[in-house]
Amino acid sequence: MTAILAGIGRGVIDALSGSGRGLLLLRSIILQTPHAWRMRREILEQMQVVAIGSMPMVIVTSVFVGAVTAVQAVYQMQAYVPMKFLGTVISKSVFIELGPVLMALVVGSRLCANYAAELGTMKVTEQLDAMTIMAIDPDRYLAMPRFWAAVLMIPVVTIFCDAIAILGGYVASVLTLDVSSGVFIEGLQMFYKHSDLLGGLIKSFFFGGIIAMSGIYYGFNTKGGAEGVGRSTMTAVVGSCLSVLVGDYLLAIVLFQIVFEKT
Amino acid sequence: MKQDWDIPPPPNQRVADPASFKGIVVEGVSKRFGPKTVLDNADLLIHKGETLVIIGRSGEGKSVLLKHIVRLLEPDAGRILVEGAEVGALEHGPLMELRKKFGFLFQGAALFDSMTIAKNIGLALEEHTDWPADRIRARACECLAQVGLVGAEDKLPSELSGGMKKRAGLARAIVMEPQYILYDEPTTGLDPITSDAINDLIIQLQKELGVTSIVVTHDMPSAFKVGNRMAMLSRGRIVFTGTVDEVRTTTHPMVRQFIEGRSQGPLGAF
Repeated sequence: MTAILAGIGRGVIDALSGSGRGLLLLRSIILQTPHAWRMRREILEQMQVVAIGSMPMVIVTSVFVGAVTAVQAVYQMQAYVPMKFLGTVISKSVFIELGPVLMALVVGSRLCANYAAELGTMKVTEQLDAMTIMAIDPDRYLAMPRFWAAVLMIPVVTIFCDAIAILGGYVASVLTLDVSSGVFIEGLQMFYKHSDLLGGLIKSFFFGGIIAMSGIYYGFNTKGGAEGVGRSTMTAVVGSCLSVLVGDYLLAIVLFQIVFEKT
Repeated sequence: MKQDWDIPPPPNQRVADPASFKGIVVEGVSKRFGPKTVLDNADLLIHKGETLVIIGRSGEGKSVLLKHIVRLLEPDAGRILVEGAEVGALEHGPLMELRKKFGFLFQGAALFDSMTIAKNIGLALEEHTDWPADRIRARACECLAQVGLVGAEDKLPSELSGGMKKRAGLARAIVMEPQYILYDEPTTGLDPITSDAINDLIIQLQKELGVTSIVVTHDMPSAFKVGNRMAMLSRGRIVFTGTVDEVRTTTHPMVRQFIEGRSQGPLGAF
């Protein structure tokens, strides 16, 4: 019994100290942001990693997200709801939830694993120590460009996802579900609110931060050799996915119950 | 069979006024990693301009001591002073300024594997000077020439052999013309000829640049060749210091066992 309580206590202390170190890292990254112009080349390189490197995955995921949403929406609506609402259902689902969350999970996992493995390898091979000895702050040189690249580019990737998913839903509806083009487009325009799109993008902005922080934090705190890099990469991805889902719930309450509720 | 060894007391490595000592003072430094005590009240003086070799068995804390000097690690107790400045008490800015005075050759070279050799060497100049790119590249090439690696500037670290990586690491360590160079096992894993070339470079750098060097090694031919003075670390403490000649002739049982490479003695075999 004592051992179980001690284990729980250690777990709580580890979680609290980990959160504290994570917040200190975030603070350090924010404080390094005035150097962003000097680090523009590194930031652009990292933005390229997020956007260009993820694009094939974004296209495939988004097309099928749109198509599957259309098929399942038609299945649920056919007996009770007019088909003119199909475009509305697809656009609202994609803008508010599917686009931001799926991109955070799919592109985010790839990015988070990339950050954790790259920085973790640098840690275990003493490259981070070498940088520190050269009086170059790894928080500025490595963490800050990665953080802002993720925060700025995950919303951009989400916009692509939204557009491609709507297109995928349109193609699936028109070609295979016997819904006319005009009816689908009418549904898209009906009940459209800027706050749907904006809310989704605000979510993906925060998701970018969560993904980057998880990858950078676990990468910087890697211990051991190759096994340690594998462990920290796995932990970073799992932590990022869970945090995105919890964050999605909290942001949904703040954005759609409080901020946009009156608009 | 248990044997008693006549081990002399550790040398006095304290100074009356550490703040005015022109060099590095390691004063009562202790460090634990979990249950293992790696450094236990270690004292050491490193004089300006000398090459001090720290010898000792693997896992005795030599590299840990080196990392404390530049605050890559922080001691649990004790302090380290560099030219009178207490390293542990420095704020971020002064610590960065202090680190610019140091070059560090890591055991595995620790080259940035996503950058070319020229970029590896020139990175510190890019960050700390307003030199144009061509001047930085010229300086990187000059450092590469000093370590005998002409033509390697556009290669990636993965394209170099172990000895070449060590030399590239050394070029990176000297690019800012540091006052102190810390070498962590500079010849470990190298063939005897490359090892000797690295030893010659260490001596040459001390003579030409007048740097203060600390060399951590258990390679005794290398230690005798490059060192002005040696210190032996055992069980977390400095147990012996002396000149190279004093090391050769000492009767200190730990030092004798170590330099003669015997398994029998106070250091034990495992």
